[in-house]
Parts: sequence; C-alpha cells; structure tokens
Amino acid sequence: MPNRHSPDVVIIGAGVVGAACAYYAARSGLTVAVVDRGPVAGGTTGAGEGNLLVSDKEAGPELDLALLSTRLWRDLSATLPPETEYEPKGGLVVAPDEPALKALRAFAEGQRAAGVTATEVPADRLADLEPHLAPGLAGGFHYPQDAQVQPAQAAARLLAASGAALHLGEEVTAILRGPTGAVRGVRTGRRELLAPAVVNAAGTWGGEIARLAGVHLPVLPRRGFVLVTEPLPRIVRHKVYAADYIADVASGSAALQSSAVVEGTPGGPVLIGATRERVGFDRSLSTEALRRLAAQAARLFPVLADVQVLRAYHGFRPYLPDHLPAIGPDPRVPGLHHACGHEGAGIGLAPATGVLLAAALTGAEPPLDPAPFRPERDHGPADVPTQEQQS
Amino acid sequence: MTTSPSDPRTAPADLAVVGAGPAGLAAAVTAASLGLTVTLLDAGARPGGQYYRHPDPALGATRPQALHHDWAAFADREAELRAHERAGRVRYLTEHQVWSVTGSGTDWSVHSRTDDAAGEPVRARAVLLATGAYERQLPFPGWTLPGVVGAGGAQAMFKSGLVLPGRRVVVAGSGPLLLAVAASLAAAGARVPAVVEAAGYGPYVRHTGTLLRNPAKLAEGALYGGALLRHQVRPLLRHAVVEAHGTDRVEAVTVARLDRDWRPVPGTGRRVPCDALAVGHGLVPELSLATALGCATRTAADGTAALVLTPGLRTSVPGVWAAGETGGVGGAQLALAEGEIAARTVAGRAVPASLARRRDRLRAFADAMGAAHRPGAGWTGWLRDGTAVCRCEEVPAGRVREAVEELGATDARTVKLLTRAGMGWCQGRMCGPAVAALAGGETVADRRPLACPVRLGQLAELPAD
Repeated sequence: MPNRHSPDVVIIGAGVVGAACAYYAARSGLTVAVVDRGPVAGGTTGAGEGNLLVSDKEAGPELDLALLSTRLWRDLSATLPPETEYEPKGGLVVAPDEPALKALRAFAEGQRAAGVTATEVPADRLADLEPHLAPGLAGGFHYPQDAQVQPAQAAARLLAASGAALHLGEEVTAILRGPTGAVRGVRTGRRELLAPAVVNAAGTWGGEIARLAGVHLPVLPRRGFVLVTEPLPRIVRHKVYAADYIADVASGSAALQSSAVVEGTPGGPVLIGATRERVGFDRSLSTEALRRLAAQAARLFPVLADVQVLRAYHGFRPYLPDHLPAIGPDPRVPGLHHACGHEGAGIGLAPATGVLLAAALTGAEPPLDPAPFRPERDHGPADVPTQEQQS
Repeated sequence: MTTSPSDPRTAPADLAVVGAGPAGLAAAVTAASLGLTVTLLDAGARPGGQYYRHPDPALGATRPQALHHDWAAFADREAELRAHERAGRVRYLTEHQVWSVTGSGTDWSVHSRTDDAAGEPVRARAVLLATGAYERQLPFPGWTLPGVVGAGGAQAMFKSGLVLPGRRVVVAGSGPLLLAVAASLAAAGARVPAVVEAAGYGPYVRHTGTLLRNPAKLAEGALYGGALLRHQVRPLLRHAVVEAHGTDRVEAVTVARLDRDWRPVPGTGRRVPCDALAVGHGLVPELSLATALGCATRTAADGTAALVLTPGLRTSVPGVWAAGETGGVGGAQLALAEGEIAARTVAGRAVPASLARRRDRLRAFADAMGAAHRPGAGWTGWLRDGTAVCRCEEVPAGRVREAVEELGATDARTVKLLTRAGMGWCQGRMCGPAVAALAGGETVADRRPLACPVRLGQLAELPAD
C-alpha cells in the first residue's frame, strides 16, 4: 500500500553512507525515507573504526573525494552532537627504514599536489608526536587532515538530523518499476514505499539490491579484523601506521604496503585494525589475522605488548574490483542511484558521497567530477579470493 | 574414534574438554574410561567449577561436603580424574583460560592463556564445551552500592572463603538459588530479614508432574524450606527489591509488589533495613566459545540463549559437543548426566536408556523452573533514567533508552555501538540481559570472538600460518 505522503527518494541502507545521502538530500529540500533490513549502523559501519583518512590514499579520484569529505566532516562536527566524537587528531605514517622513507616521500609528494597537507618528520622528532613509538624508525610523515568519528553515532546522528522517515528491520524484497522501466519505489516485507528515486546504499549487499533492480554491480565483501585493548590512558595520540616499501620486481614499479592502524579513542581503548582478507562472508575467527595485528601493533608501540586485548571483532568491507565506489545515477534503470562499494573508507567518504548524490538527485552542479564513480563503468576483473598481508 | 598412542603433548587428543565443572569433569572421566585420550582445560586451580567449590586450603576447612548436599558425586569423579591423569589418559591443564577454539571437522585447536603466558594450542579431534554459566543480573537503582552482591557470588564467597557478605542480608531476585543462599546464610549465623522472589510459585503448579518425577529436587527444596523455617525466613513472592539505599554502603532496600509482568505496583514499596543484599535472577549460559564457532542457539525456557543440541549432545557444528549449562541452565545433577552422555556419543558408544531418561527428566524439570522464573517484561519499570545499566562503561538506562527510542537501535548490538554498554571488562556479561530487555529485541547469544582478555604480546607470539 502506498504511503499517503510518498517521499521524493527512498534510500536503502541505514549505514553511514545511506545516512549521509539522507542528510544531504534532505538539506537539498527532498523528503526522504530510509529503509534497512537491520538497525542503524548494522553492517560495515558498525564494524568500522571511524577513520577519516587522506594519508593512505594516492593522488586520484578517491583522494579528491576524501579531501572533500574532510572539509564536510569538519562542517558537520559543528552541527552534529558531541557524541559523534569528531576528533581531528591527525595521522602519522612511519617508515621503518630508508627505502620505505624514500617511497613515502614520493607518495606524499603526489598527495601534496592534490591538496593534502603532509609534513616530513625526521626520526629524532617522532617522539615529539608519539612518545611511545618504537626506537629505530627512519622517519615519517604527519598528516594533520586525518581525523576520526565514532561511526555508529555518526550514522545515527546524521539520520536523526536528516528528518528522514526510518523503516528499520524491513528488508527490501523488490525494486518496483513502472511501464517504462523507471523505478517507482521499493517493496519491503511490510509496505510499499513509492518514490521516483531509489538509492542503493546497501554496502556489502549492494550487489543484491542492484540485482533486484535488474542490473549487475559486482560488490564483494572483504573481511577485516579489529583488536580492541583494555581502556588505557592516552598513549597513542594520532592514527599511526607503518608504511613498508615493497618492490615489485616483475613490473619494476613500487607499491606501498601499510601496517594496521593503531590509535587511541576517547573511551580509552586502543584500536588496532584492520586486516584485509578476501574470504567471502566467512565469520570464523582467524588467529593468523589476530597474530598479524598484534605483532604489527607491538612493533610500532612496544608498550602495548603487555596490554590486555579485551575483544576482537570483524566486519566486511564492500568493494568493487577497481577499488572505487559506485556513486550516482545508473543509466540502465532510470531513477536508480548507487552509493556503495566504499571498501574500508565509507565513514570517511560518506559526506562527499552524500553531496554528490544529492546533486545528482536535484540536478545541481556537483562539487567535483563524478565521472570516475559512474556505476555502469567497467569495474575490471574480479579478484581471486586470497589472504593478503596489509591494511 | 580410536585411542592415539603417542606423546599427549604433541599428538592431538581424541577429545578436548573445556571446563572442569560438573559437566566437563563427568565428560572427561567417562571419555577416558572408554579409552579416549582427553585434554581437560579449566580456568580454575581445582576441578568442580562454580558449583563444587573448595574452601581455600588456608582456611583449614575439613568438611567441604557440609556445604554441598551431593559432594560424594563430585568426589568420586575427582578421584577418577586423578587416576586417569596418573595413567596418562587425561592431560589436565589447570589455570588455563580458553580464549578461542578454531578448526573444523576432526582438527581443532584450543587456544588458552595462563597468568603469564600463552600456551601452545591444544590439538584435538573433537571438542566438548562445558563452559558453564554466569549470573543473570537485572539492574535497579542503587545496585552498584558496596554491600550489594550477586546471589551466586554470595554463595561462592561462602563456599570458598566461608565469609558472609553482611550480618543482616536481604536475599532477592528470582530462582531456586535464592532459597539455597538464604539457607546457607542463615545457617552460618546471618540474619535474613527477607527473601524476595519476583515470581509466584503458581507456575510450578502447572508442572506438578515434572516436580513429582524429580523427587531429589523436591527433597532439596524441602531441605532449604525446612532450614529457612527454622530461621523464621519466609519467601515473599511476587515482590522485588526496586531500590537499594545508602551512601557508602547499602543501609536499606525498598521492596515492592510486582504485577504479573513484573511491573512494580505503585504505592506498595516498603523499606527493609539491611547491611547487605544478595541478588540474582538465575544464570546465563556462557556461550562465547560456542557462538564464535558458529554453533546454533535457541531461546531457552528461562529467556536466555542456549545451544541447540541433539539428544547425543552434538552442537550444530560437526565435531563440537556441549554439555551442562551451555545447553540450557539446569544445575549440577543434569550437568553430570550430560557430561557422561556427551562423552559416550563422542566415543561412538550407545547411551544407556536409564541415563537418557534421567537426563530428560532433569531437563524437563529445569525447563519448568526456568519458565517459572523467566523475568517478566515489566521489570524495566524499576529502572530510572539515571540508573547505571553497564557498570564497566558507566552507561545509564536513559542513554540506552535514547539509543532505542531516538537513534534507531533495534537490538542489543546496536545499543552497544551507540552507547558503549557492554564494551568493558565483562564484555556485556553483566549488562547484556538488561540491554536486550531495554532494546526490546529477541534474545540473541552474544558474540565474543575472544572469550576472555588476552595479552597483546601473547597474540603476537602465536605460531604463524
């Protein structure tokens, strides 16, 4: 049964990306309904650490999106309640040896050209930023734009501020299409929500939603484990991770491979995460993943070796084979939009995604070129399931 | 399943048993007597678990059996365990707290920690989880005051340390343990001004048949009842302690009448002076290891999550068995029976019909008791917005209500993400039932991939894949 007041747009997914889409769509004057088969932040958002990182992104479309988001998160922090725990703490990427430092320097150079602030920190000044860092590191880079939010709170507060009608615990069973093939709403277990636009912000289930609409979007899950320590006084001040220089002999090119991110939280625990494994939706505990995280953290901060790990949890990051999200209208189905496939960066990229999507919905001028994120692009070959070193 | 002849330290055991309480102990000795090699891991220094507690040797107590009406059943099995240990059939690892079980099929690794080191994982062809239960707490204003203790905790303090929580102790909550605790306290010289039971005994009447088929349980009840009458303690039914008062320590409690749904009836509160309160609402199965393995759960009659088990006590995960409280809280006698049954099916042996009947009878009794004492939905009515729900993270009920009513939390997990309730040291064991009730969601088993805290350095030293 159609609602008496049909919304302008139905957003599928009450994670942080769906919440940001709802927020910016509402600010553009649209009426919004959000539907999710679970609660708010029930998927990848709730398993995330709340990283707003520019430091780990090489120059390119994803970095542009991250930089826009960084500015938007700063604005949002002035309007959202303090429970969102926005903290512009900055990132510190350290290099264990000279080759790694040299590679990091080149990486940072490219980022700077794209608008990132990155300051080299010589070895003897690292302790000024992080007094408990292991000795013997070659140096590092400070990224003051890296920041953090509490992800579940961020999603919940964005949704609350959007004023969207929430339909939680309702699974979308069909995307409704009109005679011309254009979407006209969604059907859930409890109702039909009619709207001329539907946004697929379903995270790891984004591929399923696309399939319901009759299109192919190869969203895949990538598992990550996070370790959480006992509450501690603030011994880690920034988001800290190590960059290792990996020479790819075959291609002659160089790639950076980074360790788990180690950081303190306002609540006291230190978060260590995350691994990246392509193992489908496997929920079993990987002691190998825990070992790697713990070893990487103890290498960076030897003082953590004697700390108790209270819990470990995992989540599944939604990624597309070319590692860029799908954002915007899907020309194959008029009225269908996508906002998914953000992999491990959904918290950070959410506001920019919301702004791009709101622009597409209202026909406004987008703040940056959305072309690299076109949902119908060639996503490249799918990865083979494998375990990977690296964060 | 066959016996493996080689060194137990390197060769996989036929069976790893986690927990040396009644269920695990019975399972280990039964399996060993059937020819299996067994590794038994337990967090405690001595077998018996939470139920059969030994007084601290320093106290010089000579008659622990005085604290337990069925100590002999335990003492026999402990003697068997020692004999199997000497014969090399059982490797018994005390003070080993298991934080994870990984593997599949017939290849399992049991990861444990001791106080100072991570043990090498124990390898086994089958795993039996006998991880017991912990106390169900329903918070109320003042429950964090010194002098307020868990009913089971009070019993444990008394059994292992022979200490009393106070001189004038109100016993409150719900479940058969209350009478046992009150009787122990009274016998040890404490005054028990009131035993406050939230359930009525009406539901028992519907299960008269079950009760009559369990004469031992009736006798046990009569024993406590008699002891209490001698000390002039009469349970107050359909009442609850809805607030504890005091500044540095509990000085009094307010006891109020409850309606059928456990909602406090306005205007019925009265103050009872005391210097301690022992309060508990039964037990919650400890399922962290099981849920991390993916074992299916169900909602038991008492409202807690328990494992789905076959009559032979297999979980839904091939190669993993469970016995005792993990399959639904039912007490030590049931745990002993189930440990024996599980060990027999692990060994591929038939279960004697009499043993199966005994188990079914005890389980039916446990279900009847569980249903009678299942908390009514109205109990959250005695929580004020400022009442701490999660003690570890100091989250008051008001913030949990806000997460549910305003922020879109529809289950306990989302409440946790939004409020930190359940993220502290106890990992939600204390506040879990309360948060779930406030969230209004269905009972779901907690997922804790780490069943207990582990030193980061120990994880870093795990053998690499």
